[in-house]
Amino acid sequence: MEIAAPQAAVPVIELVGVSKSFGAIQALKEVDLSLYAGEVHALVGENGAGKSTLVKILAGVHRPDRGLLKINGEAVELRSPAQAQAAGIAVIHQEPTLFPDLDVAENVFMGHQPRDRLGRIDWRRMYREVDQLLQSLGVELNVYLPVRGLSVADRQLVEIARALSQDARVLIMDEPTASLSPREVDDLFGIVEQLRARQVAILFVSHRLEEVFRLASRVTVLRDGQRVITAPAQVLTPEETIRHMVGRELAALFPKEEAAIGDVVLEVRHLTRAGVFRDVSFQLRRGEILGLAGLVGAGRTEVARVLFGIDQAESGEILIDGRVVAIRSPRDAMRYGIAYVPEDRHQQGLILDFSIAKNITLSILQRIARFSLVRSRQELKIAADYAERLRVRGGRLTQPVRALSGGNQQKVVLGKWLATEPRILILDEPTRGIDIGAKAEVHRIISELAARGLAILLISSELPEILAMSDRVLVMHEGRVSGLFSRAEADQEKVMLAATGQNSRESR
Amino acid sequence: MSTTTTRVEETRWRTRLGGKRFVALVSRVRELGLIVVLLLIIALVSLQTPRFLTPGNFEQILLSIAILAIVAVGETMVILTRNVDLSVGSMVGMTAFVCADVLKNHPQTPVMLIIVLGCALGAMLGAVNGLIVALGRVPAIVATLGTLYLYRGLDSYIAGGTQVSAYDVPDSFLALATTHVLGIPALILFAAAIALIFAYLLRTTRAGRELYALGSNPDAARLAGLHRERLILLTFLLSGLLSGFAGVLWGARFATVDSGAATGLELQVVAAVVVGGVNIFGGSGTILGAMLGAIVLGTIDNALTLLKLSQFWLQAIDGAAILAAVTLDALITRWLQRRLVSGRQR
Amino acid sequence: MSDSSEVKPPALDLEASATAASPSAPAVELRRTRVTASERALAHLPGWLRSWEALLLVLLLLSLVLGSTLSPYFLSASNFSLLISDMMEKALMALTMTLIVIAGEIDLSVASVLGLASVVLGYTWSHGLALGLAIALVLLLGAFCGLVNGLAVTRLSLPSLVVTLGTLALFRGLAYVVMGDQAVSNFPPAFTNFGFGTVPGTLIPWPFVLFIVLALLFSLLLHRSTLGRQIYAIGSNKEAARFAGIRVDNIKLLLFVLSGLMAALAGVVFTARFSNARADNALGFELDVVTIVLLGGVNIFGGSGSLPGVVLSLLIIGVLRNALSLADISGDIQNIAVGALLILSVLGPNVVRRLQEAASRRHAAEAGPGRLARSARSVPAEVGASARERETSH
Repeated sequence: MEIAAPQAAVPVIELVGVSKSFGAIQALKEVDLSLYAGEVHALVGENGAGKSTLVKILAGVHRPDRGLLKINGEAVELRSPAQAQAAGIAVIHQEPTLFPDLDVAENVFMGHQPRDRLGRIDWRRMYREVDQLLQSLGVELNVYLPVRGLSVADRQLVEIARALSQDARVLIMDEPTASLSPREVDDLFGIVEQLRARQVAILFVSHRLEEVFRLASRVTVLRDGQRVITAPAQVLTPEETIRHMVGRELAALFPKEEAAIGDVVLEVRHLTRAGVFRDVSFQLRRGEILGLAGLVGAGRTEVARVLFGIDQAESGEILIDGRVVAIRSPRDAMRYGIAYVPEDRHQQGLILDFSIAKNITLSILQRIARFSLVRSRQELKIAADYAERLRVRGGRLTQPVRALSGGNQQKVVLGKWLATEPRILILDEPTRGIDIGAKAEVHRIISELAARGLAILLISSELPEILAMSDRVLVMHEGRVSGLFSRAEADQEKVMLAATGQNSRESR
Repeated sequence: MSTTTTRVEETRWRTRLGGKRFVALVSRVRELGLIVVLLLIIALVSLQTPRFLTPGNFEQILLSIAILAIVAVGETMVILTRNVDLSVGSMVGMTAFVCADVLKNHPQTPVMLIIVLGCALGAMLGAVNGLIVALGRVPAIVATLGTLYLYRGLDSYIAGGTQVSAYDVPDSFLALATTHVLGIPALILFAAAIALIFAYLLRTTRAGRELYALGSNPDAARLAGLHRERLILLTFLLSGLLSGFAGVLWGARFATVDSGAATGLELQVVAAVVVGGVNIFGGSGTILGAMLGAIVLGTIDNALTLLKLSQFWLQAIDGAAILAAVTLDALITRWLQRRLVSGRQR
Repeated sequence: MSDSSEVKPPALDLEASATAASPSAPAVELRRTRVTASERALAHLPGWLRSWEALLLVLLLLSLVLGSTLSPYFLSASNFSLLISDMMEKALMALTMTLIVIAGEIDLSVASVLGLASVVLGYTWSHGLALGLAIALVLLLGAFCGLVNGLAVTRLSLPSLVVTLGTLALFRGLAYVVMGDQAVSNFPPAFTNFGFGTVPGTLIPWPFVLFIVLALLFSLLLHRSTLGRQIYAIGSNKEAARFAGIRVDNIKLLLFVLSGLMAALAGVVFTARFSNARADNALGFELDVVTIVLLGGVNIFGGSGSLPGVVLSLLIIGVLRNALSLADISGDIQNIAVGALLILSVLGPNVVRRLQEAASRRHAAEAGPGRLARSARSVPAEVGASARERETSH
């Protein structure tokens, strides 16, 4: 279902029938994609649809198992990021990879600094050229500033300048707006327009449809590693695109079971942490799932970290069962019955070298020990119990969790926290990066837990997940609560408006 | 388009807030701080003894650190890439003995050839370090801890319990350390020239900047297409080469050399580099800073002697200086981060 | 790979005896997750060679053979007694160093604490303090030195490598400050007899008894206790450990204090053995201690390693040094062997792993994508490597 682009006969870069697997997971299956000079091509899809794998193949990080990569119509093989760059492909990452100790200009020109006749670096020319480059983009960034301390938006500019300094013909922007404020997004889009005018081919990866339709001339939708459609942006509507992305009706996706909602267990009053979030208040009841929606960087994870005692709030109160409590460490939080399944599974949730059993029992060591010595039999019994209840598959209890799939790893993290027998469960992006089947299972588990009386705070960037799972939806925008909706009220549009901070103003 | 102009205005305002001068200033904080410390020491000690603030004593201080400074130049480059070379003391010791021993057996050997021999031997030892770290992927601290042993052991094996004394070597060799050029001891000139040359190269060559990049963020360095292996090999090779040259000078200066020469030098070298503001985790620091670090430690050493304080305090002060330097670094970095971030908030 | 559990060396297998009572599955479990990077690399070798400890056992046998060919006195009981008491101090310090390195830190100041403890012991005793009190004071001082290291690492977030490099110089320097180049050597026989004496009726030196007791205690602590589990967790992934409610900073602080305490204890043993308190006692021992720990299979970046491995490596180095000494080879030249062992213990597995990776890449390329999908090992290995690089880059 390809509709030819009008711009040029030969695409600058083209993927033909590309497949890629990691272990048991097929990340990409027979994907075609073409990029023409001077077009902004949007690549959309849910988390885990294969977008980042595709980006990494174009960036020379991964090599496809099957299929061809063509540049200007010729098949090439990119063996390293350096080769991709030499071929004129540049990637702007969500979190730019730069040299924090070096200044802006050095970051732009690292590896290809201008040199004088004697082969010495021509510093004056370097600063001048970077300054001109930035000015030509309409930004005036101090080229002498060390990159350490620059905002994400400014660091992205440095990466863009770096790409331009190497005459990149293909610019891949991987979720570039994820941690930007709306104002910074506007600025970035101004620059993208300019690049388009300079005949750069741009692949814009995003799951924010509003941005996609503002910017892109063509849209490619990925789902479960396969291309669903490529079409000009004019002929697609956001609703259609969502249907292509999701592939099924929302209601059928992951319904939450009805649960008896009880007393307030957790209450947060005017919680504030300077520069991160301000004046956050909400209540959470037994058996309730409170969805916490918002854009990345809205302060949701930061609230969760304070509730779990990782960070401290500067003002405001946390009440458990109506009593004000002080939570100074994760240990305190656990004592109050709080459990936190963190956002970053590999860095925060699991000890990858530990076995399934050891991970599950890590937070309840004193319970499986006698005289401070671990009782292996007890440990395996408890681990087996939770592994079975959560249907962890893919390995014996004694196998390192490293070897498990993302979904099963997430179940192990859940098992670890359920083993602490919590009353309040905070889930931060619990289904990020796991496949569709495992996702449904995780949803079923969450739903069952609520039915058994747990109070659940569900942080998710996937609107369908929030809408289907939550009894109420709390929305945050730039560190503040910007909306609270009941299950009946909440819909995609209302939540999205609140998340982008537009519900209080006139919509544009 | 209106958003873009707002942005320009806004950044212009920000540019004024954190201009080039501010940045240049903070990046020099460590060097300035060391100069202040140095002046304080000089002032305090001068009040106690008139023998401190004399040209002769100043020369004495520089002489005492000249060889260490040459080694510190190489160490600085290694540390910039987020590695460390603990084998420098052994490399200096081995080249010192081998060179002196060659001269003992073949007194006719031209001094120039001995210098080349020392540098080549050092470079070879350094290259072995580099290969183990770069290609073998052995952490630098483990690899060079191993070669610290290994090279010292080989040195003992070669020496076999013998020593070379001043009578065994020709005067032309000893002259390396005693000659004065324009009234300045050659040893000091060697150190100054090497420091200046490498400071210049670090500033003006791509490879020099790439050392900083590699230490600052290895992942970004890979994405930028820098050759990690080549750069690491290069720095260890240079560290070895400079240690080799320092070994030749060591032989000339101390005249009496056995297999224990320069034992423990690595600690003093690392102390000088770290006190000089080179970040032990790579990415920032200058050769000038490392030289200042060596001068500060050398001056403290000298002052202790003049004030007839126990020499036994020396090592404790070296240790305390390392601790103070890294604590200060951590605090400055934290402050700088806050300053830069808050300077950019709207 | 799972059957690597069956090839543990029988001798000195402290943990196997501890778990012998439990069913085989838990034993496998405990063994499995302590697989070091080096062991992973060796996974493709023939079965009996698969565990690092087995390799160490072979090395130990080789050095025993070497020893007996170098000198006829080597295989005598009195020589073994000497051999064992000669490595006492290093052994004591290696026990805590193992815990610290597994937790992802390092303590280079141990030999300096030993020297300082020895000097303070001599000084206070020669100034009239009762020996018992002097020893207690010295142990307290050691713990305090460890506290200084620990506070700098946990409260100021400074890298332990640099902190303890600084205190290496500082504590040694303080030892010189206390005693200069003087020495105290007129300790009472009762004290020095502990150093030289043997269990009545045997040739087993008393310090060795002390070591065996401590080694068993530390094995139990590291491999069976909740604290040990938390130490591995911290070394594998500090952040995840913190998120699991483990008090990372407190545990690290405790380990540094323990390390200082053990170093001071080693100082008491050293002083007794040589009946000599000098500021330069045990100069440079930290290198031997680190070598012993790394050769024992402990990952320099933390998270893996075992005490039986460290005990084996301790014996290897002790036997090697003793055998070479008997052959009239000086300590400095012995260092060639020690340095080479240190490098090879990390380089060897790395080279094997790189060859394997190259081989598996070729294999995957030949077999095509369908095959790759099933060879799950290639992906985790890659993830592991990048995680490790992240660790080192901080």
